[in-house]
Amino acid sequence: MIDAILNAAPAWALTHAAPLLVMVPLFLAPMLALVPSGRIAWLIAVIATAVSFCFSLVLLGLVQTSPIGVVSYEIGRWPVPIGIEFRVDALNAMILLLVTVIGLLASVFSWPTVVAEIPKPKRALFYSAFLVCFAGLNGVAITGDAFNLFVFLEISSISTYVLVALGAGRDRRALPAAFNYLIMGTIGASFYIVGIGFLYAATGTLNMGDIASRLPELAGHRSVQAGFAFILVGLGLKAAMWPLHQWLPNAYSYSPSFVTMFLSATATKVALYALIRFLFTVFRPDFAFELSAFTGILMPLGIAAMLICSFQAVFQTDVRRILAYSSVAQVGYMILGVSLGTTEGLSAGLFHLLNHAMMKGALFMAVAGVVLTYQGTTIRDFAGLGRSAPWTMTAFAIAGLSLIGVPLTAGFQSKLQLGFALFDQGLWWAVGLLVFSSILAVIYIGRVLEAVFFQPPVNPRKTRKEAPVLLLVPLWILALANIYFGIAADVPFNLARDAAAAAFGVEAFR
Amino acid sequence: MSPETLIAAALVLPLIIAAGIAVTGWQPNLREGVTFTGAGLLFAVVILLTMHVAGGERPELYIGEAAPGLAIAFKLEPLGMLFAFVASGLWIVNSFYSVGYMRGNRERNQTRFYICFAIAIFGALGVAMSANLFTLFIFYEVLTLSTYPLVAHKGDAAAKRGGRIYMLTLMGTSIGLLLPAVMWTWVLAGQNLDFVQGGLLAHADISPVVASALLILFAFGVGKAALMPVHFWLPNAMVAPTPVSALLHAVAVVKAGVFTIMKIAIFIFGPDLLEATPSREFILWVACFTMVVGSLIAMTKDNLKARLAYSTIAQLSYVVAGAMLADPAGWLGGSLQIAAHAVGKMTLFMCAGAIYVATGLTNISDMKGLGRKMPLVFIAFLIGSMSIIGLPPFAGAWPKYELMQGAIDHGNVYLSIVLIGSSLLNIAYLLPIPLLALMPPPGTKEPKPFKRPDGAPMPTVVAPLITAALCIILFFAIGPVSKFLAPTVGDRVEYIAEGGQP
Amino acid sequence: MMEFLLERANYWVVIVLMMIGLYITFASQNLIKRMVGLGLFQTTICLFYVTLGKVSGGTAPILFGPDAVEHHAAPHGPEAETTHAALDAAFAAGGEPAGRFAELANTYSNPLPHVLMLTAIVVGVATLSVGLALVVRIREAYGTIEGDEINEIDLETALAQHAEAEKAASEAAA
Repeated sequence: MIDAILNAAPAWALTHAAPLLVMVPLFLAPMLALVPSGRIAWLIAVIATAVSFCFSLVLLGLVQTSPIGVVSYEIGRWPVPIGIEFRVDALNAMILLLVTVIGLLASVFSWPTVVAEIPKPKRALFYSAFLVCFAGLNGVAITGDAFNLFVFLEISSISTYVLVALGAGRDRRALPAAFNYLIMGTIGASFYIVGIGFLYAATGTLNMGDIASRLPELAGHRSVQAGFAFILVGLGLKAAMWPLHQWLPNAYSYSPSFVTMFLSATATKVALYALIRFLFTVFRPDFAFELSAFTGILMPLGIAAMLICSFQAVFQTDVRRILAYSSVAQVGYMILGVSLGTTEGLSAGLFHLLNHAMMKGALFMAVAGVVLTYQGTTIRDFAGLGRSAPWTMTAFAIAGLSLIGVPLTAGFQSKLQLGFALFDQGLWWAVGLLVFSSILAVIYIGRVLEAVFFQPPVNPRKTRKEAPVLLLVPLWILALANIYFGIAADVPFNLARDAAAAAFGVEAFR
Repeated sequence: MSPETLIAAALVLPLIIAAGIAVTGWQPNLREGVTFTGAGLLFAVVILLTMHVAGGERPELYIGEAAPGLAIAFKLEPLGMLFAFVASGLWIVNSFYSVGYMRGNRERNQTRFYICFAIAIFGALGVAMSANLFTLFIFYEVLTLSTYPLVAHKGDAAAKRGGRIYMLTLMGTSIGLLLPAVMWTWVLAGQNLDFVQGGLLAHADISPVVASALLILFAFGVGKAALMPVHFWLPNAMVAPTPVSALLHAVAVVKAGVFTIMKIAIFIFGPDLLEATPSREFILWVACFTMVVGSLIAMTKDNLKARLAYSTIAQLSYVVAGAMLADPAGWLGGSLQIAAHAVGKMTLFMCAGAIYVATGLTNISDMKGLGRKMPLVFIAFLIGSMSIIGLPPFAGAWPKYELMQGAIDHGNVYLSIVLIGSSLLNIAYLLPIPLLALMPPPGTKEPKPFKRPDGAPMPTVVAPLITAALCIILFFAIGPVSKFLAPTVGDRVEYIAEGGQP
Repeated sequence: MMEFLLERANYWVVIVLMMIGLYITFASQNLIKRMVGLGLFQTTICLFYVTLGKVSGGTAPILFGPDAVEHHAAPHGPEAETTHAALDAAFAAGGEPAGRFAELANTYSNPLPHVLMLTAIVVGVATLSVGLALVVRIREAYGTIEGDEINEIDLETALAQHAEAEKAASEAAA
């Protein structure tokens, strides 16, 4: 299939896929701000994300067929250490694919929810902000320059703050939530930039590959270690690593449903990618200070996220808050995989990253369907929906079972791989904690599923109906993907394994 | 038809039946027809497969790799074939019974009921035919999930509570204990989970401590085997309608549990490693404990289904004990118990259901003298009880005999004493029921008039009689069955010849 | 001791100012004050970078004197190509413009941090404007810009909603 795409693509697409992937949505965004009709803006957004998706497929193909496994694009033809480079290897090809697919599915499903939740004059602006965010996330994933990463990170973040705040039409608590997110997100990005400053002071360059080649002889310097610490904290905050996750529950609960779905499946993942890139490609794991950070910081924080946030999810009554806390817990699983420092651990973490995007995307999309027709999102509001909205709720159930880790779903596969990686390192107690948090997942998802399928509606007089087709199609694509990749997991697993190899700088494809 | 096609047919058929039931749900007779035809076809397929296996073949079906190194594959061997035979055969009887019961009791949501039943049989067959632990685990979970709607069928508060405890206990043990055990086995066996004759881990270099821990994780992780203390889902699942209790909790679900333990003992650990594992004795002791305490609790229960539930818990431990004996006699006894207990307990549960449909009675103390009005039901109950107790010429005699032999051979004499004690307790809590019903002491009040004027529906009376007859037939069929199982469990004759005591 | 402080004076200033900025952000309840703290924090980072760029004895990074390339006599056309080609070759030859840099007669401070900070300032301005816009909308929606008062209002609203939901549920059940 990859060969077919490469053969079909025109020459200019093959050469310039990397910058076009980011530029097309970025340049269409200000145009959308001028478009009068929300519907036209929606269509253009769908087209832009589809175009980016095609480019990401082209890039994946180029990376897989390239002799060194890397596609490098110099912006402005400035040679590499001086100029900004867009550098795609197996790791970010996978992330780009993920972000563009989720962006496409999200844009397709978005129109009914936008009509319901965003006031008419703001709809075009909403899509404009979405495209900026989408372009920013892709830019973070694709760039090979540390400072350029900051720029794209902030592009995506600032538009995210705006997108979250637009939920104020439905619930004014979105505004303080967006404000807190702004404060915390900016602090995170600023910590990152301080870290880059230290690295620049020590190495004299901003290109990630160049920094990586210069760091080994500088590993003992205090400025390098300080830079590492700052980058870890900064990107960890963006990735919602516990305890820097406080912005997430409110931001996900009050923002428009489309925004929650898109963010939960992409934003934290991209920040996690940036963290992985720095941990493994720029700072190699054989540095002593880094190894101690893995076992002393990342592993305890990952485990704490798994346990504490799963516990917190159990006690929530609003379904979106349950899913938000669950997201932080799942990021904890990924960080646990990363903290093992081995290829198996990293590939398990990345595999879970892919699967989690599918699971959470489907879950939040289903919640969007409920909000569309019913407006409430507490567990009590969900009662009895299994009968009145069977399609939506069955997809929700499938994604929920995947989150628990029931066999034949994608979530089971990634939890299994994570368990194998932990056992391999002899960390049987971590496996015990992993299964304990899975049991907690059974409880908090089970409560919702029980209300949906086995309880009568609380207020039978309120009308309730099925979500529109435009929403059901992407929802079921994601739900079926959960089952398909639960049975035949080789495609995402191989992607994750190659990505892990690429992160270590090893040539992924021979 | 080639064996591979037969295996695929055996798996796909229940799913097609489920779809057929969903489609014909609006027309009850048509729907029931789908179930019967389908169940009959399935049984035919299983018989054909059994003939292949009896001929010495080991048919395999490889579906694909779910992830590198983790294959979904099926491979038939005698023990699995026995379980599949029992499950699919008794499904026919149970469907016949269900029709009578569900209609007689005018239950709601019958379509959902039959669909979940078909999916549960799919799960049971998958467990029976699996070639590796990964496939078995998948179908084990399918079984749990598909039986949850059956347990919570009635939809009232008690049913929901029972369903919740059922799910939490089973999912908790399988995710919390069984899954780590599977992952650990994978790592220890060098990235392999296949069932191997002689034991997958037999050649892996594992310390006794690791083997002990693994065995304990497996024994308690398989919550469906209802070893104490993970047994309490069983009595709570009795809120389900009786056909559910009959098939699933006497035949499919619990048998899947003890079958899994047998497979793990024979094919993952193997006789030598199991012998050398210190915690084997501990699990054996837990099984004995469960036998005794389960029977004692059963004696205190006045609710008939509750008493039968605790009796099931005690009887299941026979299989676990047999598995832990790690020699051919024990394994033969355990395997025979799977079949014998299935037919025996199913008879008892079906009788309990028939009584409930006809009279609305659930308590044993109310059933004195009822036998005069429902003689056939109580005769079937008597036969089933005697099979459970272990008296010849009923099926339950053989497993007990083999287990006691195995216990003495092995030096675990206390097991035989426990088995004898358990038989005595069985007599105490089972025999009074039919005897007092058929021959009440003078001065007993006449039982109240029937809730249902015509008495128990015909299917609900005929079905237990069929399974009661099977109890007797199975007793005489012991020769062929033992020979059939010999390749898996080991040949008793050979074992004795090699120096084991007779 | 004094040398330790004075040698790293810029870092000390940066630390002090950054911590003041962070403290204001976290400790104050007034949303505008939090934005002020954030702005202070971000500006201090600019200061950090700019001080990193200073080279001892270096002057503003504008080529002058013998280093200046004579651009008014710069050739156009084909000769321009060769000059550019020579420059490109010089860049490509070393990973850094080592050749060109070594030829320079004067010492200059590093211009790159300044450029980076221009970008960072722009980002800071964008963040500030979005933040202030949010504050305006919060004022419209809540009537206040104090964080604790907003929390109280939210709590009251939530309690009222909960009570209403309870009432509706009991009415529906009745």
